[in-house]
Amino acid sequence: MGKIKSMEMVNITKKFPGVIANDNVNLKVESGEILALLGENGAGKTTLMNILYGLYHPNSGKILINDREIKINSPQTALELGIGMVHQHFMLVPSLTVTENVALGIKFKHKFSMDLDKVAKKIKLLSDQHNLNIEPELSISDLSVGERQKVEIIKALYFNANILVLDEPTAALTPQETDNLIKWLRSVIKEGMGVIFITHKLNEVMEVSDRVEVLRNGKNVFSTQTSKTNIDQLARNMAGREVKLATAKRKNKFGETIIELEDVWAKNERGLDALRGINLKIRKGEIMGIAGVSGNGQKELAEALTGLQKIYKGDIKFKGESIANKSVQSIIDRGMGFVPEDRLHMGTVPGFKVKENLILKDYLRRPFSKIFLLDRSYINEYCKSTVDEYNVKCPNINTPTHALSGGNIQKVILSRELKRKPDALIASYPIRGVDIAAVQYIHEKLLDARDNEMAILLITEELDELFNLSDRIAVIYEGKILDVIETAEADKSKLGLLMAGVKED
Amino acid sequence: MKDNLKEILFNIIVLLIAFFIALFLGSIILLIAGVNPLVAYQAMIIRPFSSIYGLSEALVRSIPLMMVGIGISIAFRSKMINIGGEGQIQLGAVAAGATALAIPGIPKVIAIPLVILAGFTVGGIWGGIAGWMKAKLSVNEVLSTVMLNYIAFQIYLYLIRGPLIDPSELAWGTGVPQTARMPDSTIFARLIQGQRIHSGIFLAIIIAILVYFLLWRTTFGFRLRAVGEEPKAANYAGVKVDKYLILAMVLSGGMAGIAGSIEVIGVHHRVLEGLSANYGFSGIVVALFGRLHPIGVIPASFFFGLLLIGAEMMQRAVNIPSALVISIQGLVILAVVSSNLILENPKYRKKFLGFFLKN
Repeated sequence: MGKIKSMEMVNITKKFPGVIANDNVNLKVESGEILALLGENGAGKTTLMNILYGLYHPNSGKILINDREIKINSPQTALELGIGMVHQHFMLVPSLTVTENVALGIKFKHKFSMDLDKVAKKIKLLSDQHNLNIEPELSISDLSVGERQKVEIIKALYFNANILVLDEPTAALTPQETDNLIKWLRSVIKEGMGVIFITHKLNEVMEVSDRVEVLRNGKNVFSTQTSKTNIDQLARNMAGREVKLATAKRKNKFGETIIELEDVWAKNERGLDALRGINLKIRKGEIMGIAGVSGNGQKELAEALTGLQKIYKGDIKFKGESIANKSVQSIIDRGMGFVPEDRLHMGTVPGFKVKENLILKDYLRRPFSKIFLLDRSYINEYCKSTVDEYNVKCPNINTPTHALSGGNIQKVILSRELKRKPDALIASYPIRGVDIAAVQYIHEKLLDARDNEMAILLITEELDELFNLSDRIAVIYEGKILDVIETAEADKSKLGLLMAGVKED
Repeated sequence: MKDNLKEILFNIIVLLIAFFIALFLGSIILLIAGVNPLVAYQAMIIRPFSSIYGLSEALVRSIPLMMVGIGISIAFRSKMINIGGEGQIQLGAVAAGATALAIPGIPKVIAIPLVILAGFTVGGIWGGIAGWMKAKLSVNEVLSTVMLNYIAFQIYLYLIRGPLIDPSELAWGTGVPQTARMPDSTIFARLIQGQRIHSGIFLAIIIAILVYFLLWRTTFGFRLRAVGEEPKAANYAGVKVDKYLILAMVLSGGMAGIAGSIEVIGVHHRVLEGLSANYGFSGIVVALFGRLHPIGVIPASFFFGLLLIGAEMMQRAVNIPSALVISIQGLVILAVVSSNLILENPKYRKKFLGFFLKN
């Protein structure tokens, strides 16, 4: 089959037990354009793309390529047709080289030998052609997230992909990397590529796409030329209602310093220095944003503050007392809250009921327990009211927590941490992967807490979130704080450079 | 609540189907051996119920199974797999026996708890060693508990052949490796004249209920389960994960230790060779069958007690080699345990349950 000029999905319906993931969805993309597929979590974007890639089979509907009906039964068929997919979570084997990873998908003529040199040559050629700068012989584990994504793209190009599907490609990229990706995409469509760009970030839609298709609850709800719409309209259609993200009211009076880090050094699991002399002060009633590409010490910083990570040099003061290397329980008792990055496996016990996770840090105190007996009726009352108050959507408080959506799990964690009324809260990537309604809610709660004199350390990669919420922004790079900027005086491009480790003096 | 009942009913039906499939496969073995399966199964299934002896013996066997099963369930709640039941039973038994022999003439209300406590303590230490090795040295507990079984067995044999051997055995020169008879003040009362069923069964059931409360109604149990479900989250919430891994294994071993004590002061009245009777391993199956829940273990142990005595009765009724009986037992256990596939897979569960609820 020749090049794909147009790909159309017609009246696709896909049902899972209890839910209709796609309900008569239509989607069309032509070569030479970028289509943004926009929707909240659970809107059916990924299901639709998995159908296109042959991972799921629709209950009804058809796929047309160049106006001919095609059955796509497996990713192999999709690749042969020229449909390439870059998944949100990369499908690469870290211990293998770039060449080996690409070769994994190739059907060689001989079963017991493969011509890796030939593969490597073609990768080099593709890399040069597209300015991707990928060395075929490097191991995946030595590559950055952005480079890994390029390897995924090369994988697709290797099979002459003509339609490229990118599932939330910018989630883990720095602003610079994102800009480069967008530039690159704009250039390849000129050569006849068609791109489907899945995202829930509205500003990216405006920047990258020619057309937008919005899904909500598995249905097409809005479809337009990008030039004819704006962010507000897209947000309204995506959420199905008016959405206004909260922003911090500027203030210039802050309380005393609550958290103080002095020259903090810590090693990560691999024994390498992850924190290399962190100095930072966080004041009462302030949101201190930590900007940085993930993997620059954010995780260790958050865990050092909460006692989960040992530090070997320096000191951490919390309300004037040293908490460096103190036990987790004693730091919790002193009034430190923590919304961790890994919300399902650290923030909650996935197999526990919602109510058990809501009391995960309170079960030891009265009135949750007396001596050693849990007070079930009090716990039930407390959890029911918490679930109502924080708008956690769950069938009931006895539901296992892993059955909840990411946004609702985050609400469980946030409500538990905030209801304890801590003096300080560490929030790591609080909105990662949650939908816009939950983002709005979480942001409002964090700002409320700040206005009630809580000190908050907000770790995130989302520049918008940093600018909307924080009073000051500290940039972390390779375990050091490069700079602390007043948000009012910060600008995005300077911040982007700092996040990449470039400091102008 | 009504749905709960239906779920339980559903579990029972699936298990029964599995049971019958096993019997069907077993009948092929029996036919090859030239035995009428109907006669054999009649003996196996009906006979235990048709005499007080049968029921009593089934219950006698269910007591150690229940205790070990409870222990396995506790360990499992903190995601530890305790294969060391045999060793823990033996050391618990020998500790109980030594204690009982050392305190003749003390009133029963004090003597029996002391004997049980001795068994619990030593079984618990033996389990705790594996827990400590797991927590501090990352030694896989399956490996360590199996190895500890061998060591325990040798200690056990040494003690009942050497220091603890019945002096009269030496005097008579027979040298049967067993201790002297336990003093009367340490022995569980028999419940029925002429039958071996003893009051240890009440203790076992009470312990099952207490363990349920411990796991689900106390802060201790909350922590222990949190550690088992997700150690990272438990650590985040301030629980000392290592400590609870060790404690879970101590409790688990302790339960097996109590099983050993009960066998000594309830059934044999001596510590003797072969006392553990593979209960340490069968108890694992009982625990799985009881859905790794202390309350579920109660009916599961009764069922296995019946299965054990039923097999013995079948062997006597149709005169087949015991190897065949053991393989039929094995089939039943396999079928029942693999029915977990259906019971635990949400997809099957939903499908079957949906079908079942409609009717």
